[in-house]
Amino acid sequence: MILPFLIIIPLLAAFLISLISGEKDNWAIVLSILAVISLLVLSLFSFFTTGKDTFVYEMSGWKIPLTICLVQDALSTFMLVIVNLIALTSLMFSVSYIRHYAGPWKYYALFMLLITGMNGVIATGDIFNLFVFMEIALFAAYALVAFGAKAEEYEAAFKYAVMGSISSTLILLGIGILYAATSNLTMANIAEVLPTKDPRISLWVAAIFLTGFGLKSAIMPFHAWLPDAHSSAPAPISSMLSGVLIKALGIYAIIRIFFNVLGAPQAFLTIFMVMGSISIIVASYLALGQWDLKRLLAYSSISQIGFILLGLGIGTKLAILGALFHILNHAVFKSLLFYNAGAVEMAVGTRDLRQMGNLKKAMPVTSWTSMIASLSVSGLPPFNGFFSKLIIIIAAVQSQNIIYAIVAVIGSLLTLAYFMKVQRYGFHGNNVIQELKAAISPGMKSAMIILAVLCIVTSILIIPGIREVTLDPVVSVITNKTGYIYEVLGR
Amino acid sequence: MTVYLLCFTLLLVGLYGALTKRDLIKIILSLGIMGYAVNLMIILFAYKKGASFAIMVKDGINSNMVDPLPQALILTSIVIELGITAMLVALAIRLFQKYKTFDITKIRRLSG
Repeated sequence: MILPFLIIIPLLAAFLISLISGEKDNWAIVLSILAVISLLVLSLFSFFTTGKDTFVYEMSGWKIPLTICLVQDALSTFMLVIVNLIALTSLMFSVSYIRHYAGPWKYYALFMLLITGMNGVIATGDIFNLFVFMEIALFAAYALVAFGAKAEEYEAAFKYAVMGSISSTLILLGIGILYAATSNLTMANIAEVLPTKDPRISLWVAAIFLTGFGLKSAIMPFHAWLPDAHSSAPAPISSMLSGVLIKALGIYAIIRIFFNVLGAPQAFLTIFMVMGSISIIVASYLALGQWDLKRLLAYSSISQIGFILLGLGIGTKLAILGALFHILNHAVFKSLLFYNAGAVEMAVGTRDLRQMGNLKKAMPVTSWTSMIASLSVSGLPPFNGFFSKLIIIIAAVQSQNIIYAIVAVIGSLLTLAYFMKVQRYGFHGNNVIQELKAAISPGMKSAMIILAVLCIVTSILIIPGIREVTLDPVVSVITNKTGYIYEVLGR
Repeated sequence: MTVYLLCFTLLLVGLYGALTKRDLIKIILSLGIMGYAVNLMIILFAYKKGASFAIMVKDGINSNMVDPLPQALILTSIVIELGITAMLVALAIRLFQKYKTFDITKIRRLSG
């Protein structure tokens, strides 16, 4: 069984880092890189060996209604691969970036806790355990947002922590109601028992969970904390938060609970579509008006989450495939863009697009990778963003939702517009910058290059032969609720 | 039924405080009230009149006892809330050092 190690390794690494680190952060770096490499290898291995099967790990030998179980199926291993991939590149970027801050070993310990929380949320099959791991991840995230120890960062972290604890309280309330109704905490058991109860219970619970997890994933009416928190954090943490945290805690939990446990109620799918469209359009307009690069990227995250939610709301197999593919793609290109922003901030000393100017000569790697990421996020072929957006739009047209297809096209054009602005002012402006304040280290460059290559390479996942072994099993886990129940309960 | 409604009112009191108060400490206290309301509600879901604790029961399954699982859940949730509250208070202290005030209308260097 692999899944327990995906939680044990980062937790142990966090503990050991805080135990052995002194003034220097060398041991912390070695330990955390080793831990994350092993996590990536384990998650890739489990993704390719799982296929269509489901493996259930029951903790400490108890049987399923009594135990906390970890569920290894296509969906959870797919998300684990994304989380650990972004975590590895993020650590590579951190090594020289984070030396500008005080107390670097604390950063690595908190980073490991963040990974523990996210892996735990994804691996677990127990709804209360999901809540506990979510709190671990959020606790590390609050501390990491405030890591720069400047006034704005404390302000953003406080705002994030207040919104986060309101949403966690609501989620706990939902879990309590589910337990009262079904006398179970294992998600598969809840999914089995809930249809025999009063249907109003599941509507109430779905509404509470929509608010709670909506706040976590920053869908449009609940987005207020995201631009502050994601733009104030150190760049590698922004990429972790925007790239994977809002997906692991928000979108993944929404998928698991709404599709596998509550059985995708039609009313809520419509709400997903409406909220997704609002997020796409409004967040794109807000992004268009920003001059702070990281704030612009944060608003762009809200709009791309809108695309994912729109795909989930349409609810056909093709649309869910598009949404899943967009989860992977968004993790790759948004992390890359945040690395670019971090590299520019370190080398030029500003995040304001108007002061950036022409960086092509001074920072060739950063400017080329940012070009690739911008093209990818705006949805131009042959980059990965094009294919996922195209699939979502085709699925919307096929299921007679023409208006939502038009919304997605407009959102895509607006995305192109504000990334043209980034490229025009930020990287190809008139003000040619010759000398840099700090050099970009090889670790940072290689993190950016790996993700830029992945922007193109992940496009091949859509080729029919490869899609059938990678993305299709994930889609069938999401759409097949009874299959999830039977596989987990072993009948 | 009345107890659940009262609990829900307590939750709304906390939510109202968290959304409308301008003082950082009052916001933290309101979040605490919200948390307590949910904890109390989950304990009440398991409550049975005249029943005893599970560890006091000698003869096993058929005796009259309250459900012990929610109590275990609430212990976990209280510990988590302790951690989050400590984090919020630490952030509030740091914010006070930077801005010399607890008033959130004066703590706004980040633009909307």
